[in-house]
Amino acid sequence: MSNNVLVIAEQRGGTLKKVTFELLTAAQQVAGKWGGQVDAVVLGAGVRALAELLAQAGAAKVYVADDPALARYSPDGYAGVLANLVRRVEPAVVLVSATFWGKDLAPRVAAKVKAGLASDATGIEGQDGGRLLVTRPIYAGKAIAKVRINTTPQMVSLRPNSYPPAALEAGRAANVEAVVLDGYQPQAVVTDFVKAGGEKLDVAEANIIVSGGRGMGGSEQYAILEELASVLGAAVGASRAAVDAGWRPHSDQVGQTGKTVSPNLYIACGISGAIQHLAGMKTSKVIVAINKDPDAPIFKVADYGIVGDLFKVVPLFTEEVKKLKAAE
Amino acid sequence: MNIVVCLKQVPDTASKIVVKDGRVLEEGLTWVVNPYDEYAVEEALRIKEKLGGKVTLVTVGPERAKQALKDALALGADEGIHVTDPAFEGVGPYGVATILAAALQKIPYDMIWAGWKGVDLDQGQTAIILAEKLGLPHVSFVTKIDIAPDGKSATVQREVEGGKEVVQTQLPAVFTAQKGLNEPRYASLKGIMAVKKKVIPEWKAADLGLNPDGLGSRKVELVEVVPPPERAAGRVIPGAPEEAAKELVRLLHEEAKVF
Repeated sequence: MSNNVLVIAEQRGGTLKKVTFELLTAAQQVAGKWGGQVDAVVLGAGVRALAELLAQAGAAKVYVADDPALARYSPDGYAGVLANLVRRVEPAVVLVSATFWGKDLAPRVAAKVKAGLASDATGIEGQDGGRLLVTRPIYAGKAIAKVRINTTPQMVSLRPNSYPPAALEAGRAANVEAVVLDGYQPQAVVTDFVKAGGEKLDVAEANIIVSGGRGMGGSEQYAILEELASVLGAAVGASRAAVDAGWRPHSDQVGQTGKTVSPNLYIACGISGAIQHLAGMKTSKVIVAINKDPDAPIFKVADYGIVGDLFKVVPLFTEEVKKLKAAE
Repeated sequence: MNIVVCLKQVPDTASKIVVKDGRVLEEGLTWVVNPYDEYAVEEALRIKEKLGGKVTLVTVGPERAKQALKDALALGADEGIHVTDPAFEGVGPYGVATILAAALQKIPYDMIWAGWKGVDLDQGQTAIILAEKLGLPHVSFVTKIDIAPDGKSATVQREVEGGKEVVQTQLPAVFTAQKGLNEPRYASLKGIMAVKKKVIPEWKAADLGLNPDGLGSRKVELVEVVPPPERAAGRVIPGAPEEAAKELVRLLHEEAKVF
C-alpha cells in the first residue's frame, strides 16, 4: 500500500468535468499531509490528450485507459477496469465525483475491491495514522455524519462544489501510463444520450440556482426565472410543490426527494421553505429569498430577503443585474 | 416475470431530525417506506400487470420494518419477506447487500428493483453492490424502462446531468428507481384488507447461512453525527421593489461577491 490518492477523472465527450479539478484539490490536501502523491485515471475513447490537463492540475501520474471499447460508458465494464487498476497500484484513497456518473460507478468499484465507500461527501481530512475523517450530510443535510473508513483503499465520492478547482500549471508534463484492457465484456452499456430541451444547465452542477415554488402559480410564469437565470448563467430549480403541480420536470427538484445542492448563490422565489426543501439547499453559500409572506420559513435561512411580490421584484432584479453586467 | 423489490423503512421526510450525543434520536420519528422505493414497487406492479408474474418484497431491518412490507403489500405485491436478525444491525450498505444476496439465493428473480437511495443516510450504494455480488448488470436512476418482447433484455432511460442516457442491458439485472419513473398508486381498501391475511416470513442469519461475525466488518464507521451549522437569518432589504432590487444586486456584488 502507498500513501497516494487516486482521482477517477470524469469526462464527457472528451472534456473533463469541473468536479474532477475539485477532486484534485481535495486529493492534494490529503496526499500533502501524508507525504504521498496524487495520481489520476481517465477512461474513454480518444481521451489521451486529457492526461496533459490532469498533469497540469497536479496529477503526478496519469493512468489512461483509451480504447474504442470505452467510447460508451458501462458501469460494470468501467468498474472492472478501475478495480484492476486499484488492485495493482494500491492507493490509500480513491476519490470519485458524486455526480450521476460517479454515484453509478463508485459503489460497483467499491464492491469489486471490497472497499468501504463514503458517498456524497462534502469534506475529507487526512488524519494521522493514514485514515480519513469524512464529512457527509445525511437526511439530505438535516444532520451531518463524520465517518471513518476501515478498509484499504478508502473510497470517497465527493459532491460537486465542495472544493475549489485545482489551478492549472502550464508546462507540467504528464507521466502517462497506458492501461490495457483485459477481456473487457461490459453488460449494461449506454447507447445514447437524449438532451433535455435547450442548453439546460443541471441544478446539481450550477454555481447559481434561481428556484421557484408554489408562489410561481403556474409553469408559464417561470419565464421570468428563466430570463434571470440566463443573465446570471444559472440553472432553474423548483420546489416539490412546483414539480408535483406539473409546472417543472422532476430533474429540477431541489430538496430531500430531489437534488441536494450547494451552489454559491441560491435565489428562492415564491418558496415558503418546507423542511424538505431547506434540507436540500441549506448548504448553499449565499441564499436570497423573495417572498410575499414575511413569516415564510425561508427567511430564517436567507442571507438576504425581499418581502414583496416576486412578479414585480424579479424582473427589476434582472434589469439591475443586466445593468451591472453591461457596466463591467 | 419474477420481480423482487428491495425496500427500506426510513423516517418520513417531514420528520425533524434531532441529534443528541453524536447520534440521531429515533424516538418520535414516523417511519415510512423509503419514497424512492415506492417508485420501484409501482414499476414492479406495472410490469407484472403487463407481463404477468410475481412481485416479492424484501426488507432488511428491525421489527418496525415489517410495517413497511405491509404498506407496500397493500399496493398489490404478492409476497413480503422480512429479513431480520440482531446481528444485522448497523452493518452498512456492503453488509446489507451481502444479506440481500444471500436472501436472493432463495427467491427466483428476473429483475431486481430498489430506490436509488434511502432518504435517511443518503448513501445510494446497497442495490449496486448487490448487483456486483450477484454478478448482474445494473442501471441506476431509472426514469423509463421498456422490456423486450422475449423478456431477455431491456432498454432503459436513466437521468444524468442535462438529459437522459439510454442504456441497453440483458436480464436479469438490478434497477434503481429515480423520481419521475411513475406516479405511485395509493392502497385500496381491498388491498389493505388482503394484507391482514398475508403471512410475512422472517428470515434470520442462520436461515440464510450467514455468519453474523463476517457481516460486522463495518467498512465505514460512524464517528459521530452533528447538527448542521446553523444559518443565521440575514437581513430583509426594505423599500419599494425598485430600490430593494437595486440594493440586493449591490449587496450580492459588493458584499457577498457572488457575481
